[in-house]
Amino acid sequence: MSVFHFLLLLFLVVCALAAGRTRGLISAVIIFAAYSLTMALLWQQLHSPDVAITEAAMGAGVTTLLLFAAISRTGRME
Amino acid sequence: MRDLIVRVIARFIIPFIQVYGLYIVLYGHVSPGGGFAGGTVMASSLILYVMAFGARSEKRRLPEWVARSIESAGAVFFVAIGLVSLFQGTTFLANQAAGFPMGIPGRVFSAGAIFLLTFGIGMKVFSTMITLFTHLIEEEEKEGTG
Repeated sequence: MSVFHFLLLLFLVVCALAAGRTRGLISAVIIFAAYSLTMALLWQQLHSPDVAITEAAMGAGVTTLLLFAAISRTGRME
Repeated sequence: MRDLIVRVIARFIIPFIQVYGLYIVLYGHVSPGGGFAGGTVMASSLILYVMAFGARSEKRRLPEWVARSIESAGAVFFVAIGLVSLFQGTTFLANQAAGFPMGIPGRVFSAGAIFLLTFGIGMKVFSTMITLFTHLIEEEEKEGTG
């Protein structure tokens, strides 16, 4: 495991903890998108490009937009 | 929300996103990707269109009955390909045994029916995603005006 993998995993854990602890929901969604993008990079490093493409399109793209649409109809604070 | 820069960039970049999504769908059996990933990429181009030009303009380009028909047609197409194998005397979704041409490995027209099945899945996922997003946005706009 190289330093690059270690940094990615560290960033992943930090993002997951931050998304859980943030009060503002929009900030949490943005952090969740960063989490998904890191996860996509990690899938690619684990020699699974198929899952990486799905994760990048689904996790970082469509899920973020659907959560934004849901937040705009409800409150934006926890 | 109606920003000039966003509209110009969206008009420039949407065809490229759609071609890339179609590439992922059609090359799903020879390179990474497939129906679900490609359909999501194609849907994200139309979501960008909704965010740049509004949901009403998108409704004129792609009415709801068209999206609903594409969604149903994708599922019906998938089952129909499976039934072709059944009528050939083999099991449901049988590929080479049902007489689908195998083609040259590595080309687009290889692997028989997988090519067609992936296309059906891609169309289904594409219309499902765009319907999901427009329904959420549409009710919000109705609430805003009323």
